[in-house]
Amino acid sequence: MSSNIDQPVFNVMNKLNISTTVSRPDFAAIAAWIKPCSKVLDLGCGDGSLLRFLRDTRDARGYGVEIDDANILACFNNGVNVIQSDLESGLLSFESGSFDYVVLSQTLQAVKNTENIVKEMLRVSKEGIVSFPNFGYWRNRLQVVSGHMPVSETLPYQWFDTPNIHNCTLGDFEEFCRQHGARILERRVMNRDHQITFLPNLMGMLAFYRFEKQK
Amino acid sequence: MQDPSSTDIVVPQSARFNTPLCLKSGAVLENYELVYETYGELNATKSNAVLVCHALSGNHHVAGSYADSPKSVGWWNNMIGFDKSIDTRKFFVVGVNNLGGCHGSTGPASINPKTGKCYGADFPVVTVEDWVQTQARLADHLGINQFAAVGGGSLGGMQALQWTLDFPERIRHALVIAAAAKLTAQNIAFNDVARQAIITDQDFHGGDYYSHGVVPRRGLRLARMLGHITYLSDDSMAAKFGRELRNGALAFGFDVEFEIESYLRYQGDKFVDQFDANTYLLMTKALDYFDPAHQHNNDLGAAFRAAQANFLILSFTTDWRFSPERSRAIVKALLDNDLNVSYAEITSSHGHDSFLMEDRHYHKLVRAYMDNIAT
Repeated sequence: MSSNIDQPVFNVMNKLNISTTVSRPDFAAIAAWIKPCSKVLDLGCGDGSLLRFLRDTRDARGYGVEIDDANILACFNNGVNVIQSDLESGLLSFESGSFDYVVLSQTLQAVKNTENIVKEMLRVSKEGIVSFPNFGYWRNRLQVVSGHMPVSETLPYQWFDTPNIHNCTLGDFEEFCRQHGARILERRVMNRDHQITFLPNLMGMLAFYRFEKQK
Repeated sequence: MQDPSSTDIVVPQSARFNTPLCLKSGAVLENYELVYETYGELNATKSNAVLVCHALSGNHHVAGSYADSPKSVGWWNNMIGFDKSIDTRKFFVVGVNNLGGCHGSTGPASINPKTGKCYGADFPVVTVEDWVQTQARLADHLGINQFAAVGGGSLGGMQALQWTLDFPERIRHALVIAAAAKLTAQNIAFNDVARQAIITDQDFHGGDYYSHGVVPRRGLRLARMLGHITYLSDDSMAAKFGRELRNGALAFGFDVEFEIESYLRYQGDKFVDQFDANTYLLMTKALDYFDPAHQHNNDLGAAFRAAQANFLILSFTTDWRFSPERSRAIVKALLDNDLNVSYAEITSSHGHDSFLMEDRHYHKLVRAYMDNIAT
């Protein structure tokens, strides 16, 4: 894919009046894609802080889906709607086309049935947004070349305790989308709070994609 | 800050209603009385009231204890009180004994003004909808226009659901714990066996046992023993009683041998001394009849179109009488209507009774939810 789909994220974010100094540049990158007052489903929403961020900065409302007890409690404390459920069992509680956006933030790589999740995302929502650690990041590649599984800021686990069972690169994900009826609308590649446009599959730590169902 | 101990002592109050109440069955009650208790202070804007609805065998004594009887602790005292999950420093909590009850509110054992005798079998069948109407009248009596929350477990959760349908503007949050939007056939079956135990007791006298100076002890005791089995989980019974024998050896007879038999008989005996058999019949009927989707072609999503409240839905993993699946059906109906809802499935070994138990995670969840809605 050519890099012309890489939108200058900070211009967009400035227009939206979202501070670029927020502690979670990955949240800001996602928020920049969310139109105000949208309805959002956040899959694997963790402690609910992305949903809270989207509520506070985009006046978005919606629900999180989470399985972990401690995270459910954290969501309650964050005052966001959360449904305790296993993503892997599907999104049957949610009607088709009932969301403006469904977000899978740094969870794609930990999902068992990746194909089904993406299919379900395209069913319940007009648009899907995913972010994931780019396995093709040069530091990861260097560690593999030197004979070890990568351990880094975005992939902080050892090979034996990682929940990340489906790591992929930008190239892998784009190929996946082509094969699974997802049309990529926008891509952003980040290295901490910097946007990467030069050799993104090599230089980017985190990848963000916005996509819709292939018409 | 109030002294914590001073909030522990409560005094039941009662309100008399002389406006006739048209019940769902078509029957009319000309007047009735409701017994209730309150905890905490109603704030100046009257925006911090929480109504707690009771389940089958509950009553208005939700929290605290009575001055003359320190052991008389309310049934949800671990949840409600000073610095508890539903914190009486922030909320004005109201507990009410439902119409048809046997703890002070007008019920089958009350005197029917038309006959001068106990209502007995003449007391009309009451429904969850009827209770919600009477609770709204109690709210009027207390000057509460809108509850911050209405909540309860089991049958209490059903009342909270009904509140969101009948008075959508008078309830901001519904706490629906270990509940269901309708009973399954299996659940109705358990209730009917319980009713049959009572009705076929020779001391039942068609419901007019009061005038015979007896109570259908045997039937009510069996009903409670059966109910109790369904409120526990297989695992919790196994853990608590296993196959323990009271006297260490088989007696080859039919007296109490296993610990579980002893426990159930004790529970049954205890219950008979504090509960009225006619009320038991009424409560189980209210459970059986509850089905808000029925008048919407069994579409629960359509039933909740009227609702505006925010919802907290909680279920417990080992609750087989009101299983998590039943709660998930409620969640789905709320999602279909774009309502604010949070749902947690709490890991607990105590079956349906979990909603009454002390559990750190469960209580933290309720506390977090309630802290967010405190004004």
